[in-house]
Amino acid sequence: MKKLSARRRHPLAAVVVLLLALAATGGLYAAFAPAEKAQADSSAQSLAIDEGKKLFAVGCSSCHGLNGQGTSDGPSLVGVGSAAVDFQVGTGRMPAQQPGAQVPRKKVIYSQTEIDQLAAFVASLGPGPVAPTTEQYEPSTDAKTNAEQVAKGGELFRTNCAQCHNFAGKGGALTNGKYAPSLEGVDAKHIYEAMQTGPQNMPSFPDTTMPEEQKREIVAFVRHTNDEPNPGGLALGSLGPVTEGLFGWIFGLGTLIAIAIWVAAHTTKAKKS
Amino acid sequence: MSSASGTKNSASKPASTRAKPANKAEATADWVDGRLGIYSLAKANLRKIFPDHWSFMLGEICLYSFIIIILTGVYLTLFFKPSMAETVYHGTYLPLNGIRMSEAYASTVNISFEVRGGLLIRQIHHWAALVFVAAMFVHMMRVFFTGAFRKPREINWLFGFLLLCLGFFDGFFGYSLPDDLLSGTGIRFMEGAILAVPLVGTYIQMFLFGGQFPGTDIIPRFFTIHVLLIPGIMLGLLVAHLILVFYHKHTQWAGPGKTEKNVVGMPLMPVYMAKAGGFFFLVFGIIAVMSAVATINPVWAYGPYRPDQVSTDAQPDWYMGFAEGLIRFMPGWEVSVWGGHTLNLGVFIPLMIFPLVLVAIAVWPFIESWVTGDKREHHILDRPRNAPVRTAFGAAWIALYLVLLVGGGNDLFATHLHMSINTITYAVRVGFFVVPVLTFIVTKRWCLGLQRRDKDKVLHGRESGIIKRLPHGEFIEVHTPLAQKDLHTLTAHEQPQPLELPAETDENGVARKAGVIAKTRVKLSEGFYGEGNQIAKPTTEEYHEITSGHGHH
Repeated sequence: MKKLSARRRHPLAAVVVLLLALAATGGLYAAFAPAEKAQADSSAQSLAIDEGKKLFAVGCSSCHGLNGQGTSDGPSLVGVGSAAVDFQVGTGRMPAQQPGAQVPRKKVIYSQTEIDQLAAFVASLGPGPVAPTTEQYEPSTDAKTNAEQVAKGGELFRTNCAQCHNFAGKGGALTNGKYAPSLEGVDAKHIYEAMQTGPQNMPSFPDTTMPEEQKREIVAFVRHTNDEPNPGGLALGSLGPVTEGLFGWIFGLGTLIAIAIWVAAHTTKAKKS
Repeated sequence: MSSASGTKNSASKPASTRAKPANKAEATADWVDGRLGIYSLAKANLRKIFPDHWSFMLGEICLYSFIIIILTGVYLTLFFKPSMAETVYHGTYLPLNGIRMSEAYASTVNISFEVRGGLLIRQIHHWAALVFVAAMFVHMMRVFFTGAFRKPREINWLFGFLLLCLGFFDGFFGYSLPDDLLSGTGIRFMEGAILAVPLVGTYIQMFLFGGQFPGTDIIPRFFTIHVLLIPGIMLGLLVAHLILVFYHKHTQWAGPGKTEKNVVGMPLMPVYMAKAGGFFFLVFGIIAVMSAVATINPVWAYGPYRPDQVSTDAQPDWYMGFAEGLIRFMPGWEVSVWGGHTLNLGVFIPLMIFPLVLVAIAVWPFIESWVTGDKREHHILDRPRNAPVRTAFGAAWIALYLVLLVGGGNDLFATHLHMSINTITYAVRVGFFVVPVLTFIVTKRWCLGLQRRDKDKVLHGRESGIIKRLPHGEFIEVHTPLAQKDLHTLTAHEQPQPLELPAETDENGVARKAGVIAKTRVKLSEGFYGEGNQIAKPTTEEYHEITSGHGHH
């Protein structure tokens, strides 16, 4: 202790304190900062990145730039993560057909392997949300747990999703030609990734605001809504009173008027007696 | 003249004769008549003559769907709990298991999944309500376009109009009862409209909801209004409406033997009793089939109402869609007046236009009779083309209604036509002012064109499709003259002359000044009947002149 206090006026003392302070700050940061999942740099991984880079140069770079840094035609992809690539390319939205208010879902042109390679390349540009594994997005197969997930997911869906996607996930209009797409026939993985990454006009729901478990519940609810038969008969698009009104007028009143015409055309002849 | 000449049957045999009754039925009838005196009533009305036309059955659709609504509604009240007390659902519908909701919503879900036949009855109730209002709408349009509202039926027109409005509101209250996400959003809409009323809005809101939105009072209150108050008034109006139909006798189309003083048709008993009875079952059957195959208001999918949740596609049932449209296309104007009091014009102005849209069509009969100065009774219907201004006004009103419906469903038009919702909203803003005017002009021209066509048909007959070559080489098409009865039907309407201002000086030579109102009236009358606003129908002389020659040109 005496040694330490004797050297406290040493010319290098300030440097040592500074180094200690930096080490402490860095150490604390390293300890408390959210751990980014470092992509393991195995040789298979770097191979995928190389292949992905080639695919990227052909299919994506005209808008996003050769290194995914973004141009005036497309945003930067640094830090969007593999989940975003898997969603955008896996639903056929990317590569985009044309610029517009929103890029629609269309036919997928890359194989899943190619999508994974593209994703690996984009993920290598900077850390971002990682494409989920099956355990992460797949709802429970146990009937009782699944029903619980559907019920909880319904409540979450109505709170977070229904205002744009409609109560049954049929989609809806947003401003200036943008829209919330229908969730019919969308893979559980893609629903999960959309919540993770917030593609296009959608807000993102990272794990900090919506934990994994809740995302799974929402996936369970959407799947239930898509798959279960509608107890009331034809759902008429599940679009609410507008289609109901149309159906009521055309098939209800329309048929009744046709019948009225038929009844009026078949009248009795007064008997001359 | 009446073609009612049915044979005397046992039903019309006086039941009050003192002779010994022939059988048990007669004895019963005798017993009833002795106490209720229904014989004379039946005698006076059972042979009532009604004309036959499909458009006269539109009112029947309304009546029958109303009966269906009451029958199914009674069944639903047996199971519905109009309470906003909170409960946690543990019923058979698993996707809602463990979710907090009101008793009203839970009981609606139970009606749908646990009560025997509950879902079907619920769907019949709701589909019948949509059909009911749609049928009233079409029925009203039939009365409007044929001029059946003219003297002596103006009061009955108003009764019908009130029934339509009450139907709108009762439908809205019914839609609000299940307390699902959609109905709660509807109530929220209404609350917003009430709050937009200057000065008293907040007070009315507090009285109605018994506190802040949503509170616990609104559903029980709406329940009473929905099942008791409005249906009671409607039932009364409906009876008055039908009594007046009997009292005035039914209108009829022009035709040989039909005058303003008779009704040509069939007797109520037995012809229309059978027809109407059968038609009731057809209406019930069609609505039941609809309800069996198509969902309406899937409350289980909407989830319970929570003020922090909302779903897109939150529209009211179709008849209230025009109110939704008014709100949706109105710019969100808001001004601050009198030192910080907010005037929410974006909601208040639509709220004021809402009744105006409805009243515009209701007051037409009175405007028309004032403009035309016609105070006579009318029992012969107008063909729409022969009243171009009235027809054009009605068409313009429907066009306005449709524009507003498009505005109310702007999001669905946007997604299904792949257009921007903003474009549709701007188009509706323009359309609100332009489309009715254009429709008026086009419809009026169209009517005049049809009048010309009628004139042509009367004078030259129908094109037979037979081409004849004359000896000198000319080709002509042979026209077949119309039958006498068609000639009558096409020329039976009267063509009034426009009003004229009284002479500028009276008999003593004193100047007499016409007021602004009188002048407006003459101008409007000119617009109805003046030159170019109706095509003079062919006269007998014209007809003879043309038919006596070589036939046609």
